[in-house]
Amino acid sequence: MKIVALLSRSGLRGVGPLLGLLATWVLFAVWAGGRFTMWSNQELMLLQTAVVGTAAVGATWIIVSGGIDLSVGANIALSAMVGSLVIQDGHGFWSAALATVLTSCVVGWLIGALVIGALLRVLLAGAAGGLVALLAVGLGALWSMLLGTGIGVAVWLLTSRLRQALPLSPFIVTLGLWGALRGIAKGLGDNQMIYFEANDTLNALMEPGGLLPPGVWVLLVVAIIASLLLRRSVFGRHVVALGSSRETARLCGVNLPKTELRVYILGCACAGIAAVMQMSYLQIGDPTTAQGLELKAIAAAVIGGASLAGGEGAIFGTLLGALIMTVVDNGCTKVELNNWVQEVVTGVIIVAAVALDRWRRSK
Amino acid sequence: MIAAASRLCVRALRKRFGPTVALDGVNLDVKRGEVHALVGENGAGKSTLLKALAGVHMADAGSMEIDGLMHMPVDPAEAAEAGLAIIHQELALAPHLTIAENLFLGREPRRGWLVDRVALREQSLKALARVGREHLDPDRLVAALSPADKQLVEIARALTQEVRVLVLDEPTSSLTQADVGPLLQRLRELASTGVAVVYVSHVFEELFAVADRYTVMRDGETVATGAMHDIDHDGLVAAMVGRNVEQLYHRTPCDPGEVALELHGMTGQELPVAASLTLHRGEVLGVAGLVGAGRTELLRCIFGLEDVVSGKVSVANYDGWCSPRERWQQGVGLLSEDRKHEGLSLTQSLADNLWLPCLSRRSNRGFLSGASLEQDARAWLERVGVKFRDAGQAIQELSGGNQQKVALARLLAADCDVLLLDEPTRGVDVGAKAEIYKMIDKLAHQQNKAVLVVSSYLPELLGLADRIAVVARGDVLPARPVAEVDEHSLLTQMTVGRLAEGVA
Repeated sequence: MKIVALLSRSGLRGVGPLLGLLATWVLFAVWAGGRFTMWSNQELMLLQTAVVGTAAVGATWIIVSGGIDLSVGANIALSAMVGSLVIQDGHGFWSAALATVLTSCVVGWLIGALVIGALLRVLLAGAAGGLVALLAVGLGALWSMLLGTGIGVAVWLLTSRLRQALPLSPFIVTLGLWGALRGIAKGLGDNQMIYFEANDTLNALMEPGGLLPPGVWVLLVVAIIASLLLRRSVFGRHVVALGSSRETARLCGVNLPKTELRVYILGCACAGIAAVMQMSYLQIGDPTTAQGLELKAIAAAVIGGASLAGGEGAIFGTLLGALIMTVVDNGCTKVELNNWVQEVVTGVIIVAAVALDRWRRSK
Repeated sequence: MIAAASRLCVRALRKRFGPTVALDGVNLDVKRGEVHALVGENGAGKSTLLKALAGVHMADAGSMEIDGLMHMPVDPAEAAEAGLAIIHQELALAPHLTIAENLFLGREPRRGWLVDRVALREQSLKALARVGREHLDPDRLVAALSPADKQLVEIARALTQEVRVLVLDEPTSSLTQADVGPLLQRLRELASTGVAVVYVSHVFEELFAVADRYTVMRDGETVATGAMHDIDHDGLVAAMVGRNVEQLYHRTPCDPGEVALELHGMTGQELPVAASLTLHRGEVLGVAGLVGAGRTELLRCIFGLEDVVSGKVSVANYDGWCSPRERWQQGVGLLSEDRKHEGLSLTQSLADNLWLPCLSRRSNRGFLSGASLEQDARAWLERVGVKFRDAGQAIQELSGGNQQKVALARLLAADCDVLLLDEPTRGVDVGAKAEIYKMIDKLAHQQNKAVLVVSSYLPELLGLADRIAVVARGDVLPARPVAEVDEHSLLTQMTVGRLAEGVA
């Protein structure tokens, strides 16, 4: 207990989640033995965390700003579909990854722009970009995507003088997109999956091997950059201030629309990186993938100490939260518990983690 | 003093929070039918005492009695059952419900499973009559009421139950002076029916007007108690701070310098209407007016927090409407009247709050050094006399007075030349008030800054400002030198408006 007190005094956030992770890991290590503790299983668990963890890093940013994104899962499916189309057209890994992440960023822009109330500008930029993308469809998915985005961005910037007057709640906006994006994803593949030829770089991303699989490195790098930005950059501090007290941020001259728009683009960029990994994992473009992932991402952030009221949250706490959920999933499988038990246990952990956190703070 | 005659009797009450001793032997006797003033600086333990009475906190030692019966509530419901009602500074009304629904929330008269609307209305009218607001329609939404009426509705709600002890915690902080008088009148009438009224306030004029006796708390202890007519203003202050506060207001003589801020017919979306005024460097300009007259809107329009529909705003060389961001860059800073929701971001640290307007300036290519921010914050906080542990602690841990000093330090750290201060001493204790007054005087008269102070408290403006302008219904009347005005003439202007010009 002394160590805990010392750690929490030294300002290290996420002590609770860290202990939680250790406790669950030790529990399953004792229960399941070598099947659980062997290195290949650790590697597997890290890989299993990569997709949801990366998406959860983005979700943490959005939650800290006082927002929410319920469309992460659908966004990943849509972006992975676009990426699959690009590979199917014969492009390489990097082009596909670019198209995937760009798609997610466009979705992030859409969410952010609707949240800050720029409905008219969204309609203009969306119509222009969409039209160009449709006209350019003959050039292949990649060019259609790039041209459409380019024109959309141009129109968006040109209309910056239009008044933004109809702010919407992020819950509502992303609840709508939760369905709409999934629909577009299905439409892109004509309600079918997209099959593409194996791509070595894409395969390697989620293959075990080396010190750690490449996908896990991606997660770590994303998390480190995100954490550094959140804690140390002007933008990051503005995001925390915005989530902590919108009125104070406004009084102190924080450009709220700009900050909010950027948060959603950045958060969704993380979802885009997660989508690349999901593509590598599935080796197929599946419009029905990542169902419910948005809730897992939010749960990871919350277990890691983020407050849905905004202003609080730590990237590494979120990673620990995501790992706890993976350990429970994996461990339950190893001790041959039924799937339904895992679901119940995960649910209990989410509520217990938040209750513990509140209790610790009330003291 | 005979304890048996007391309605409320608190003896040697103690309460610790970890290492902090909040209450260290508090005694309080409130008799049937009296209004009892409870005073003390912020942090003296008044709020803890009220929370112990209300069942929010359990005391560690000591006793509380109401009418001779042990009073040790474990939750607010039990305290209410014992006949104790507390009206908090922040109103606890549901704005989307009607007056009647608020009055009987949780205790609605029923007919089977349904609310008996006829009985509800009847009982509501009776309850409103008890506070002299029988003309209010019980079916109106609370959101539509004035602050004064909300306050009275809340008191009426407390009175719908059998109340033996009514505690009011700064009930007038959101009211204008015109509304205070009738409220105090109601309290006297209530007391005459046998209710023991405990009145917590920083505004001594109110205490002298309404209270029979007083109790002073300092550092968690009761340090003085007695009859109100045996003590004067200075005596109370001395008891509160434990020393004699040197003269509360300071005004170093100083000639105003160049024009720092000029308004020409500035009109906001609703208020103000065609406001014109001039603020010079080296000058404190006071703005008086009733709540709702447009004082706050005046500042918010200048600062870009609200839209300006027409007219001209010039700050130094900048003309026209500017966003808050641009205003900070131009050296204009605003201190919000609403410290909790707008002025400060309570869950964030002192350093975060202090530097928020100037993070970009403090950054190196967009990145910040937490250590240097905290270190520099420490210097600023010490300069304005904030009592704090470390610059990284959450600001909600500080008392109201210290929080306000942080909010003020923000304007200094941002190096503002034009300071727009909206109710700079609201909810701040006497000691901190004196320090804030001193700071304002120094900023304007020694450091040659331009200061605009909005306040509901006229003695404060008269003591602090060089010139005072009155806002009445959005109309800014010409500012007059403080030597030419007094409380009476200001009040006349505030209530009558431009017509009063000749009168004063």
